[in-house]
Amino acid sequence: MSLFRELIFPLIAVVAAFFVGGILILVIGDNPLQAYGLLFGSAFSWPVGIGYTLFYATPLIFTGLAVLVAFRCGLLNIGAEGQLYIGAFATAWVGITFAGLSPWLLIPMCFIAAILGGGMWGAIPGVLKARFGSHEVINTIMLNFIAVALLSYFTQYHYKSPGDPIMQTVPIGEGAHIARLGGFIPGLPEFIPLNLAFVLALICCGLVYIFLWRTKWGYELRATGTNPSAAEYGGISVRKQIIVAMTISGALAGMVGINEVLGYRYRYYDGFSDNYGFTGIAVALLGRNHPVGVIISALLFAILQRGGIPVDAFTEHVTKDIVQVLQGTIILFVAAEAFFRGPFAKFGLLKRSKV
Amino acid sequence: MTEIFSIALIWSTIRLSTPLILAALGGMFSERSGVINIALEGMMLAGAFAAASVTHAVGNPFVGVLAGMAAGLVIALIHAVACINYKADQVVTGTAINILMIGMPAFLSGAFFLSSGSTPQIPKENLIALTPMAIAFVLILITLATWYALYKTPFGLRLRSVGENPEAADAAGVRVARMRYVGVLLSGVLAGVAGAYISIGQSSLFTRNMTSGRGFIALAALIFGKWRPVQTMLACLLFGLTEAVTIQMQGVVKLPSGEDIPVQFIHMVPYLLTIIVLAGFIGSSRPPKAIGIPYQKER
Repeated sequence: MSLFRELIFPLIAVVAAFFVGGILILVIGDNPLQAYGLLFGSAFSWPVGIGYTLFYATPLIFTGLAVLVAFRCGLLNIGAEGQLYIGAFATAWVGITFAGLSPWLLIPMCFIAAILGGGMWGAIPGVLKARFGSHEVINTIMLNFIAVALLSYFTQYHYKSPGDPIMQTVPIGEGAHIARLGGFIPGLPEFIPLNLAFVLALICCGLVYIFLWRTKWGYELRATGTNPSAAEYGGISVRKQIIVAMTISGALAGMVGINEVLGYRYRYYDGFSDNYGFTGIAVALLGRNHPVGVIISALLFAILQRGGIPVDAFTEHVTKDIVQVLQGTIILFVAAEAFFRGPFAKFGLLKRSKV
Repeated sequence: MTEIFSIALIWSTIRLSTPLILAALGGMFSERSGVINIALEGMMLAGAFAAASVTHAVGNPFVGVLAGMAAGLVIALIHAVACINYKADQVVTGTAINILMIGMPAFLSGAFFLSSGSTPQIPKENLIALTPMAIAFVLILITLATWYALYKTPFGLRLRSVGENPEAADAAGVRVARMRYVGVLLSGVLAGVAGAYISIGQSSLFTRNMTSGRGFIALAALIFGKWRPVQTMLACLLFGLTEAVTIQMQGVVKLPSGEDIPVQFIHMVPYLLTIIVLAGFIGSSRPPKAIGIPYQKER
């Protein structure tokens, strides 16, 4: 029953969102079934469709985990966007500055840079909340904009090749490139940017699970999220937990940079994130703030992102913007879960919950 | 420096502050009633798109502004239903609306105007010619009206009471849900006007994501202004001024080395100030007590 409850509401939210999207597609004069067929069809074709879908899922797994860890501590991190930019720039900076080093040294350094960069940017709102009680939602929104401005400055004035019209840094050293999975999986072409960061993302899911549910630190973090005053009474420092949770959250978001910089573009590209940080909120919520759920919902959003391209190309009126419409609607329905709970309780399918 | 600090700068500041003031005052009604509104950005986008589309179709900018208000109202209604009736997390709902409103106008304009996210150009004779003086007058009027409504009318007292202590307000006979609805819907209308101003006041068409974060600057100004009307208006003017200075400075003022002054640092000012104020370094900025908490009437 409990697993059923965990699965049923996210599922209904997704179906409801597709229903709303379908009506919109009808209104503008296209066939929803055809559009959805295109949306899902391309995402499941081997090898290109699946390769790209997994590639798009990678940053969303990281940001989904980031939001999850903060959420389990009772915090809403809507700053994953800024944290992933800082992480990406930090890793690119190391890759550029120490370009000559051997890969055995350079790649770990780049990883650490992404983790530290994101972690530091996440720690700021954590410290501000723990020390001054100022709300993390506002501070993370503000820090997103500050990160974007700061990195745009560094890119434009210090790390761009002279004369390059594109806002991107010079390339990182070859030693910092991480392998694409095409080299390991037969049949997967190497032009698909799916890389080792995807494996790293899956490992992080396992690590987050072990940390949160199998260690004392994770227990303390979750206790803070469930009931801060009880946690404080039980000898847990709530302030410390807030800082720890935001730092881990930021570090996870920062690892998006590994996928983007070390595995895909091999340089920092200004404004690369396609709302990964905000989509991470949707990923975590739809995934019921559980690592396994995060993987599943990251895949769903990745399918949408991949599928938007053929929908744009092969339907008369529908553009790829349908993806954002669907994303927004899914989050809305997940957030307003009570909307579905009412009818369910009425028909005796679920006991009315206490909340 | 004299090229920068001129009458033109004042007018430019007023023009750039206008959407901020409208949206921030709107956000105030919502937040003082206890509902967080980070969806201002999405509401502005809705207003901007509706205003530009309708003005293009009808040829009358006043109808366009009304359409902008209506669009903001509809989006606010979604926020209100989710947050008040279904007790959804207000920040998450706001984020959902913001994502939805990046996609929706582009989706609709792709279908109706066969464009990649923008509406057709509106001819000049179909736009309202706004003089800075007139705008300034209207802004002061709206700010004072907001102040009066919040602090000098029974309506304002009730609105503030449901944002501070909904249980007590409920016990005193104030209908909490209804007051919150009014707060959120008012914010939608004002944010819709702010959006309309951006699309058919400052510009002559809607382009994808054209508010470019102004909804969040308005939110920052609301916090910087400590959730009070006059202070919030002044905060908006300050943030508008920073934007105006950046525009005026470009290509005019140079560093001794002959390079442009990086505008990015000026862009950061509103956000940095907000963090500093929220942390309590410059006076204290205290949000309404019951903000973000859904109200469950006792049974």
